Amino acid sequence: MTELHHLGVAELAAKLKNKEASAEKVTEHFLERARNDVHNAFLAIDPELTLAQARESDAKLANGSAGPLEGVPIAHKDVFVTKDLVTTAGSRILNGYRSPFDATVVARLRQAGMVTLGKLNCDEFAMGSSNENSAFGPVTNPWNTAHVPGGSSGGSAAAVAARLTPAATGTDTGGSIRQPAAFCGITGIKPTYGRASRYGMVAYASSLDQAGPMARSAEDCALLLSAMCAPDLDRDSTSLDVAAENFSRDLLRPLARAGKDGGALKIGVPRGWLSELRDDVSAQFSDQLQRVSPLADMRIMSGIQELMRQGAKPIEIDLPNTALAIPVYYIVACAEASSNLSRFDGVKFGHRAADFADLTDMYKKTRAEGFGQEVKRRIMTGAYVLSHGYYDAYYLQAQKIRRMIADDFQSAFAQCDVIAGPVAPTTAWKLGDKADDPVASYLADIFTLPASLAGLPCMSLPVGLGEGNMPVGMQLIGNYLQEAKLLNVAHQYQLATEHHKQQPGAAA
Amino acid sequence: MSAKLVQGYEVVIGFETHAQLSTQSKIFSRASTEFGKEPNTQACAVDLALPGTLPVMNLGAVERAIELGLALGSHIAERSVFARKNYFYPDLPKGYQISQFEIPVVQGGEVSFMLGEEKKTVRLVRAHLEEDAGKSLHEDFIGQSGIDLNRAGTPLLEIVTEPDMRSSDEAVAYAKKLHEIVTWIGICDGNMQEGSFRCDANVSVRKPGAALGTRREIKNLNSFKFMQQAIDYEVRWQIEEIEDGRAIQQATVLFNPDTGETRAMRTKEDAADYRYFPDPDLPPLVIGRDWVERVRSEMVELPWVMAARFVRDYGLPEYDAAQLTQHKTFADYFERTSALCSQPKLAANWVINEVRRFFTDGARDDDGPWAQEVREDGETFRVPASTLAKIISRIVDDTISNASAKKLFQEFWVAENPVKPEEVDAIIDAKGLRQMNDSSALEAIIDEVLAANAKNVEEFKAGNAKAFNALVGQAMKASKGKANPAQVNELLKQKLA
Repeated sequence: MTELHHLGVAELAAKLKNKEASAEKVTEHFLERARNDVHNAFLAIDPELTLAQARESDAKLANGSAGPLEGVPIAHKDVFVTKDLVTTAGSRILNGYRSPFDATVVARLRQAGMVTLGKLNCDEFAMGSSNENSAFGPVTNPWNTAHVPGGSSGGSAAAVAARLTPAATGTDTGGSIRQPAAFCGITGIKPTYGRASRYGMVAYASSLDQAGPMARSAEDCALLLSAMCAPDLDRDSTSLDVAAENFSRDLLRPLARAGKDGGALKIGVPRGWLSELRDDVSAQFSDQLQRVSPLADMRIMSGIQELMRQGAKPIEIDLPNTALAIPVYYIVACAEASSNLSRFDGVKFGHRAADFADLTDMYKKTRAEGFGQEVKRRIMTGAYVLSHGYYDAYYLQAQKIRRMIADDFQSAFAQCDVIAGPVAPTTAWKLGDKADDPVASYLADIFTLPASLAGLPCMSLPVGLGEGNMPVGMQLIGNYLQEAKLLNVAHQYQLATEHHKQQPGAAA
Repeated sequence: MSAKLVQGYEVVIGFETHAQLSTQSKIFSRASTEFGKEPNTQACAVDLALPGTLPVMNLGAVERAIELGLALGSHIAERSVFARKNYFYPDLPKGYQISQFEIPVVQGGEVSFMLGEEKKTVRLVRAHLEEDAGKSLHEDFIGQSGIDLNRAGTPLLEIVTEPDMRSSDEAVAYAKKLHEIVTWIGICDGNMQEGSFRCDANVSVRKPGAALGTRREIKNLNSFKFMQQAIDYEVRWQIEEIEDGRAIQQATVLFNPDTGETRAMRTKEDAADYRYFPDPDLPPLVIGRDWVERVRSEMVELPWVMAARFVRDYGLPEYDAAQLTQHKTFADYFERTSALCSQPKLAANWVINEVRRFFTDGARDDDGPWAQEVREDGETFRVPASTLAKIISRIVDDTISNASAKKLFQEFWVAENPVKPEEVDAIIDAKGLRQMNDSSALEAIIDEVLAANAKNVEEFKAGNAKAFNALVGQAMKASKGKANPAQVNELLKQKLA
């Protein structure tokens, strides 16, 4: 018999429904694995609480009131506040913080029947792309523990890859679901901005933050996303007033008939993003773009070719402002973060410095002690770009370019149904490699930032191993509200390939 | 009229008024706005800025802003934007205040009022929505400060004028008029003691014709009396500084009612950089024309519209109409009384003179044009409109004299329980206030008086008019005050003719 941790969300849900396993048994199995986590993925576990939820699920499964994902375990990135488990957002300043309420996403998944396995490590306040910025230590990549798992949802990606949990929640502000999913060889999707409620997500950059699921397959992600997303207009003013959807509905549509008009799916491939189309763009443009490492580049091209083999038609598109996404993102995100993180002042909750002379001293010491290096860097950057005399030159200008980037995508989607390309220029790097060079790490976000700035749905799916035998992810970007289309394409790919089934030795 | 000069200087005043909006819940959360509760019992997770919380607009606050805009002839912005004003303070839980900065919801408009005999108009720059902060309590704790977040998130409308006012009198008249308007349309309870209506005055002086002087902003004036004192002091201080050759520094000052002085709290140099930027948690506030029209159709009749109607429909003099419409509860009380006795002019006289006296006697001098107590309608009109209407009817039908009516009204006012209109006649009888309208009985009394006062009769006939008054007085006395004075006059004239 296949061990329980080798099963995905869909398989576990079916097994539980068919009474082939009890929720308690499934939960115990994953709890045992989570307890023996060697990747520092879990920050909080409460077996008693988790098993109580599992028994509740068993009761519901027995009396026929089960939710669609009843009894399937899930672990949450530690930026989702939870009533029953401590929430830290990977920061010392929130050490020991308990929320009086559950995040909407957490509550919705619970409502769908999922059992909360624990809280997952991440970069502090979701700022980072290696998970080395957590106050509670770095997470290691299950494929090779000398490497980073990516970030900021590094704990989520590592936990799924190491089969410590069948699924996890993540949040994506500039790539924080897609990049760790790519680095750990799993599947993750960030829906359209406003699809998932931000209520109960510790805010990093409000206009960009979006929750999404991370799991082993597009099929699992579709189930999870359907449970996560619904309007939350009473709690989140940026929540979209769009009815909940069944994102699994189009999974089985062949790509030859998955286009807008019922014809072949048209895949937009941005000029300059991959080596194949690199010569087509001006030198100036390509110089600004990070070159994707050769093996990863090849894997992604093979991924696109597989889609073509299934009947999709490639179309070259232009996203001319891609390189500008980096400065624009680091201005907008830091500006919002500098303001969002002002509430961590030692007055109401979280860490407060032990000794201080007066109020200002209390603020300074509390925040100096409570925040890590990268968070301080971004707060200072944000305060700077919003300062009197600099606002127009930085923040306002960034907003204008942000609009141009969004417009570029609309021109592209006039020609194609989905865009395919790399998630990151490289595979997962070694721990410490970029720790002293924040800019190098910012530059590596180039392929994930444009879709974030435009608020578009986007996902990462594994397409094989690249440099260092580490996983490579292919990014799919869809137009607004086209999550079902993305999942359709990804699922068709995964029906024909085995990359998403590859797992690290650590998962055995 | 040109501006009144003070020692050769022209005074220039602009106002920023924070009107607390009368919503049940806060501007971005569902917590109650009720005043005076135990500290921190009216602050929910959103007000405490707990991680993961987000603001959601209270549409009631928006509607109140629209109402003010409509009342003052302002432009209601179809799209306005909420911004974050960033600064650290313990009673500001998020570390920023959500306010409207570049694009406010109410733009332009004006407030007109009478200053003595002169009509004045103050132009508005804008009125914008924002949230209040909590309160820091420095007195109750030794060596520490207490933070009460009950007020945090209370909706405010900040109403900003052009620097159009030229004297403290004009400034106070403006503030009173604005106070009257916001309470009239019901968007603010106007309670200055509780901080529901707080004014900041920007004051500067200049030689006539010169460019605007440097202003100092007097913060948190929460009574009309202090407002006047503070501005007068500030004007004198600024003129002295300039006369002594010192330049005015832009500053924020506080008025100390105990010393009657203003003192600088911070100067421009310490002014914080608030790093304003649009709040990404709140989409732009979009107000469609249909929403504006719906609010317009549901709005109460504005005071100047009502005054015009009183003149038109009831034939009241403009002065009466203006007096009656200074406070809505009085205007309503007048209308109810008038409708029940069909005597608009009499009803107006009674409300303006008699009824008003009971509110203004003993009222605090910093109260509005009509005293604060008026807010509690019903409870404070201790004589129901229906009862006053009955009293007026009894004057009109000659049952009681005007003097008796006033006496009666005073007694009713202090009575333990409100007197019902159907009780009025019995009370008139019980107190023997009914006028003697029976002319044969009155004639008998007059005959007796004439017989007993032959000397007066003679003097009258000799041309002494005073003697006639003496006879009237005797007749009134003989009737124990119940005779109708007009009737006594008439009968005496007849008898003496």
